[in-house]
Amino acid sequence: MSRARIATVWLDGCSGCHMSLLDLDEALIGLAPKIELVFGPLVDAQEFPEGVDVTFVEGAVSSHDDLRLAQTVRARSRFVVALGDCAVTANVPSMRNQIPPKKLLERIYVDGVNVNHRVPADGVPALLKQASPLHEVIRVDLHVPGCPPPAAAIGYVISELLAGRRPDLAGKVKFG
Amino acid sequence: MPDRVSIRIDGELLHARLGQTILEAATAQGRFIPSLCHLKGLTPVGACRLCLVEVAGIGRLLPACTTPVQDGMAVTTRSDRLDRYRRMILELLFAERNHVCAVCVSNNHCELQALARRLGVTHVRFPYSFPKAGTDLSHRQFVLDQNRCILCTRCVRVCAEVEGAHVWDVAGRGIGSRLVCELNRAWADSRSCTGCGKCVQSCPTGALAMKGFAAEEMVKRTETITRLVEAKGVRA
Repeated sequence: MSRARIATVWLDGCSGCHMSLLDLDEALIGLAPKIELVFGPLVDAQEFPEGVDVTFVEGAVSSHDDLRLAQTVRARSRFVVALGDCAVTANVPSMRNQIPPKKLLERIYVDGVNVNHRVPADGVPALLKQASPLHEVIRVDLHVPGCPPPAAAIGYVISELLAGRRPDLAGKVKFG
Repeated sequence: MPDRVSIRIDGELLHARLGQTILEAATAQGRFIPSLCHLKGLTPVGACRLCLVEVAGIGRLLPACTTPVQDGMAVTTRSDRLDRYRRMILELLFAERNHVCAVCVSNNHCELQALARRLGVTHVRFPYSFPKAGTDLSHRQFVLDQNRCILCTRCVRVCAEVEGAHVWDVAGRGIGSRLVCELNRAWADSRSCTGCGKCVQSCPTGALAMKGFAAEEMVKRTETITRLVEAKGVRA
């Protein structure tokens, strides 16, 4: 059997969901021969590849770059998992959603500092008007809430997907 | 015994007291019907609609918390339709305000969060409204965070019925409804608030909380409210 091509993506989140994935600890050794990690913060690939079996997306969609990457993920993945509360609900990144981005950035980078009163523009992606949950911009096949989702839940999801089954998360996960 | 009636709940024949609601009769038998606005000891208002049940012969769904039992009544508390509606209600509650569980004082002790888990809500299908909801931090001991309020009115009722102060009310209509202190005063300026904290203890979410608590630290004592009512016989 060929190895499942798995990708992970880090949008507007704290990387806690990726940490929770790493918290699978020795269970990762059992997974390693069954999967090929083709993209994500844990590997070197620079461009999101074609033909991915499952992509786990951490983080809300907050910037134009996030949006573009999310669309690429959808186009090139068979199954997309929203991993954690930021991807599922927009969570903490959405706490800025009542404030227009321009006002928000000026409050932080101009009014809020004593030196270099300047909103950074070079090399940082422009913010969208609001941070959104992943499923508000692309079709999502499975939602795994939690801040972060417990490692056991992530392990369960991966093993079910590898077995060709749809994980039933009812009662196993929670927001927050 | 004329004050005892026989009802069927999910097919099982049970005895209930006349005057009991369907929710009380079901709970007394150890059955679970989800609810958020209900708090034992306070007048039931049927506001959250989570306890909707099917009653044979009646074409519409009835809230179990306000519907009295009748002899021969056949009640269904779980069905695909009810599950679907209940999940939808929870999703709408989440979409209506800014429930950021991860940073909430009531995280892991929240009735809304617990019900979502129990009923298998893993995401919200409706677009979040991200309203500018506001907070009232004026009170010395307590916090009102409208972002987390589900308008269950437990605080309104406990203050009016048990404490007798009637500090809280709901102003506005529909999605613009907001919990208000007296006639929309800052909490600290309230003339009738006794600072008893019953509203805080009855609140199912983190909307009303004690000051000085960090995320996950606020545990509510709803059973204290029920005990207090039963001890004082406020509501027979």
